[in-house]
Amino acid sequence: MPILAAVDLGCRLPSGWIWRGITLSLSAGDRAVLTGPSGTGKSLLLRTLCGLDRLGEGHVLFRGESPRGHDAPDFRARVMYVQQQPLLIPGTVQDNLDLPTRFKVHARRESGEGENGGRAGDLLAQIGKPADFLEQRASVLSGGEGQVVGIVRALLLHPDVLLLDEPTAHLDPETTRRVEEVVLEWVGAGDRALLWTSHDPAQVDRVRRGSRIQLGGVA
Amino acid sequence: MNAYIDVTWSSLLIAASLLIANLVLSAVLRLGMGRRLLVAGARMVVQLFLLGLVLEWVFESANGPAVLALGLLMGGVAGVTAVRRTSIRFPAAYLDSVVVIVTTAFLVTGVSVLGILKPTPLWDPQYVIPLLGMLLGNALTGISLGLDRFLTGVLRDRTRVEGFLALGATRWEAAQEEVREALRVGLIPTVNSMLVMGIVSLPGMMTGQILAGAAPADAVRYQIMIVFMIAATVSTATFGVTMLAYARIFTSDHRLRSAGELGIQLD
Repeated sequence: MPILAAVDLGCRLPSGWIWRGITLSLSAGDRAVLTGPSGTGKSLLLRTLCGLDRLGEGHVLFRGESPRGHDAPDFRARVMYVQQQPLLIPGTVQDNLDLPTRFKVHARRESGEGENGGRAGDLLAQIGKPADFLEQRASVLSGGEGQVVGIVRALLLHPDVLLLDEPTAHLDPETTRRVEEVVLEWVGAGDRALLWTSHDPAQVDRVRRGSRIQLGGVA
Repeated sequence: MNAYIDVTWSSLLIAASLLIANLVLSAVLRLGMGRRLLVAGARMVVQLFLLGLVLEWVFESANGPAVLALGLLMGGVAGVTAVRRTSIRFPAAYLDSVVVIVTTAFLVTGVSVLGILKPTPLWDPQYVIPLLGMLLGNALTGISLGLDRFLTGVLRDRTRVEGFLALGATRWEAAQEEVREALRVGLIPTVNSMLVMGIVSLPGMMTGQILAGAAPADAVRYQIMIVFMIAATVSTATFGVTMLAYARIFTSDHRLRSAGELGIQLD
């Protein structure tokens, strides 16, 4: 059974259907890629999958079941969408990584999990960030560093599926490779799947192992 | 027989001429407030003149239904005006605002009339109408500021609240900070005026009573009562309208509705 499946999704804007008939299935280890020119609704699709946008038509299944409305926070903790410009709150990088522990859904899940303290440092080191990165103020981070914080924060929460919205759009080539490495290692290490949005054909080749969804007409 | 000096209609021209100086200044410096001041001034005069006529009639007849009708009319206008002054609004907010402002203002007026003043009859317009008016006026400002802050905070920067939701926050966890901010902002005028009352400002009602010949000590006790009533009304009304807006802009499946769904035009 796939971890996340979407059947015949459609998204309608006042101007008409932006996409329709989207079907996708993510099983353990899958690394699906979503491509398409700007403005073809890639972010909309990710948002629809995690329930931030209303489902125009079709349905989404998580491990064979339709996510129920009041369980949306729990569903989003498992199918985690990382915005292209992730939310940063005032404070340090560490504060931002700790942000989700304020939410009930993670307080509950954390109890069974191990210590996250060292793991954040390990992930950041793997991406090439110095140890004092954790103490930096979020307000001085570049767009790319913000993306790194968003991805590491998501990984620390042990989701089942990651929906990444152009996660390396603001990163230099070296850091891009390292982020790919960290994320791909994460997918390979368990019952997990990935949906990655990208404009870069070379990156699509490196990341993809599974289906490819092309939005906006011909490839 | 009056304990105070009459202000005649013609003598009001002297007061109005003071405003002219401001209009000239605005025109010279191109501040663009001339038109708005004129419109506001004209509205104020017409509204108060009409109110004078209505009040005179209501006071003379002193019948319950007339007082109730006037109160509801005042509440309706206050509720609608409160929403109209926000920079983002959705159609349903008008109804919410009217219902909340009328309920809270009537409730607080009811408590003070039944528990403190005990006039005969209980709906004596001499007490009920001014009290209600002051509560509505202050609640209007609180609702306006609070609702504006809340909707701006949540809807102008959707990515922020949606960032919380995407991380698994419930709608309340995502919006709590914005609700708290809305209440803080909505209560600023009330809290500020309480802080400096009697030092920087002589409150309007107290001033009025003293001008009308009341003993300052009596006027002070009235003022304290009314300030407590105002604070209670403003906080309850601001909280009520903000929470109703919260319930309308988030769905039960923890999603922030789009501007289109809410009938909002964002530029």
